[in-house]
Amino acid sequence: MSPIHDQSYRRYTGTRGPVGRAWTVIAWAGIRHMLGKRPFLGLLVVSWIPVLVFTVRIWFAVTYPQAGEIFGVTPTMFQDFLEVQSLFVFFLTIYVGSGLIANDRRANALQIYLAKPLLRVEYIAGKLAVLASFLLLITLVPGLLLIILQVSFSGNFEFLRANLYVLPAVVLASLVRVIVASFAMLALSALSKSARYVAILYTGAIFFTSAMFGVLTVITRSSRAAWVSIGANLEIVTDVMFRRTPRYDTPVIVSVLILVGLVVVGVSVLERRVRGVEVVS
Amino acid sequence: MAETAAVRLDKVSVAYGRNAALKDVSAVFPTGAVGLLGPNGAGKSTMLKSLLGFIEPKAGRLEVLGLDVARRPLEVRARLGYMPETDGHIPGMNAVTFVAYCGQLAGLPKTDAMQRAHEVLYYVGLGEARYRNVETYSTGMKQRIKLAQALVHDPDLLFLDEPTNGMDPKGREEMLELVRDLAHNKGVNLILSSHLLPDVEYTCDHVVVLDKGSVATFGSIEQLKGPAGRVFEVRVKGEVRPFVAALEAAGLACHETEEDIMRVFVPGGAAEPGADQRRICELARGAGVQVRHLRASLPTLEDVFAKAIGES
Repeated sequence: MSPIHDQSYRRYTGTRGPVGRAWTVIAWAGIRHMLGKRPFLGLLVVSWIPVLVFTVRIWFAVTYPQAGEIFGVTPTMFQDFLEVQSLFVFFLTIYVGSGLIANDRRANALQIYLAKPLLRVEYIAGKLAVLASFLLLITLVPGLLLIILQVSFSGNFEFLRANLYVLPAVVLASLVRVIVASFAMLALSALSKSARYVAILYTGAIFFTSAMFGVLTVITRSSRAAWVSIGANLEIVTDVMFRRTPRYDTPVIVSVLILVGLVVVGVSVLERRVRGVEVVS
Repeated sequence: MAETAAVRLDKVSVAYGRNAALKDVSAVFPTGAVGLLGPNGAGKSTMLKSLLGFIEPKAGRLEVLGLDVARRPLEVRARLGYMPETDGHIPGMNAVTFVAYCGQLAGLPKTDAMQRAHEVLYYVGLGEARYRNVETYSTGMKQRIKLAQALVHDPDLLFLDEPTNGMDPKGREEMLELVRDLAHNKGVNLILSSHLLPDVEYTCDHVVVLDKGSVATFGSIEQLKGPAGRVFEVRVKGEVRPFVAALEAAGLACHETEEDIMRVFVPGGAAEPGADQRRICELARGAGVQVRHLRASLPTLEDVFAKAIGES
């Protein structure tokens, strides 16, 4: 036997994992990649500043009940928090999401991915998990943390008992924001090979629809056209979740349908664009 | 050992919109190294992409290593390695991370994938450059990394789509050595798609020739190269067309090469020494051309290809 170690090609005799788990590999790789970027870490830290502010507010309200009228802990406070976080959801969606599929398309990586034993849905799930994880980290996680802090600071469950709907409202409102933003951004990312172009498209979609709503409000002197704005639809749905009268005149069901429609269109775009080969008829 | 089929196509038709890319193709690729030859647009890449499940055929059945591609695509792809024709990498990764990532995607545990990535990168000649970002690689290095990612999970069958594209002569030679080594010493079955005949002739034992979406010919290269008949290189002075017509009328096939030299096939069994040459000269005289060069040659894959494409 040769004493020299053979560095040539060897057959693999180890174990192989079952199929269907590749999405976790994609998700972890994406998360690690983002965490390796300093500007992203900076953005993540900044997006937790409101958590700190709201924590101080809860502590103040619990410690100084006389200041309750100004700093009172109400269910609306949790909704306010989620609406503040919407700004960071926007920035994070652009930073994390715009290149998720666009960069793979630019580098012809789809053919590499899809030649491996994974389904297209696994690829999409992996990419979706990257964006959704970070968005949940700045919406759902701090939202739940604030509820826990309220209970901890007050030392009782009175607030939660009196407002049983707050917990599911925080969960649902966070999930709706994350799901809509993730699918919309992923679909846009699948449409282009340029992350920059995707970022512009997404920004345009958000601002253009809001601007259109503003113009229509001025023209019609009513907020019935709120359904044209993605942000307004989210606000209407969130109002209902927190048992408040919707702030705009668009029926809730219309807003729900618009948001569901956005997700369906996103899924349809992903189904058509995430392929191992581009077929031009 | 009995030869079994690595890939089997049964009346497969693939179309892009109204354009048929594969027309009712039936073929069997034996185990070992098989060349998939054909001019550009013949349907080679389409065939590979159909076998990977990227494209759904309009009709027919595809089988890889005994598995139905339509019914068990994941099992098929778990046993396949694919080196695509176009550049492809995962953005933002260095070579070793990229190859290990591909291994993990194929189901290898993380540590095994990383170990295999190092080994495979050394094997393809990228050991020293394995910590460089793939995006900074030269064309030749990108070809090697594509081979590495296709090999990392130790596939039973390798699809190589134009593996020497854009490589300099030395790099091309090294790539062909790797392919040959994989097929003949490492027991990896492979299908090499190429329009470069010498690449296929050097690395493969069998060949399937595609032309305009149909199989023009297939079989062992040795058998295809050595049919009953002989080959001569001929150069003539004068009008070539009547000479070619005279050859064809006499039952001899011919095709022109790049250097004004025709290759003339004389069918049939062994002939008396010099008889074929005399026959060609007589036909030349009859066509009114002078024979300036006449030399017996060995049949090459180019002859097989030219004959197959001409016949199809």
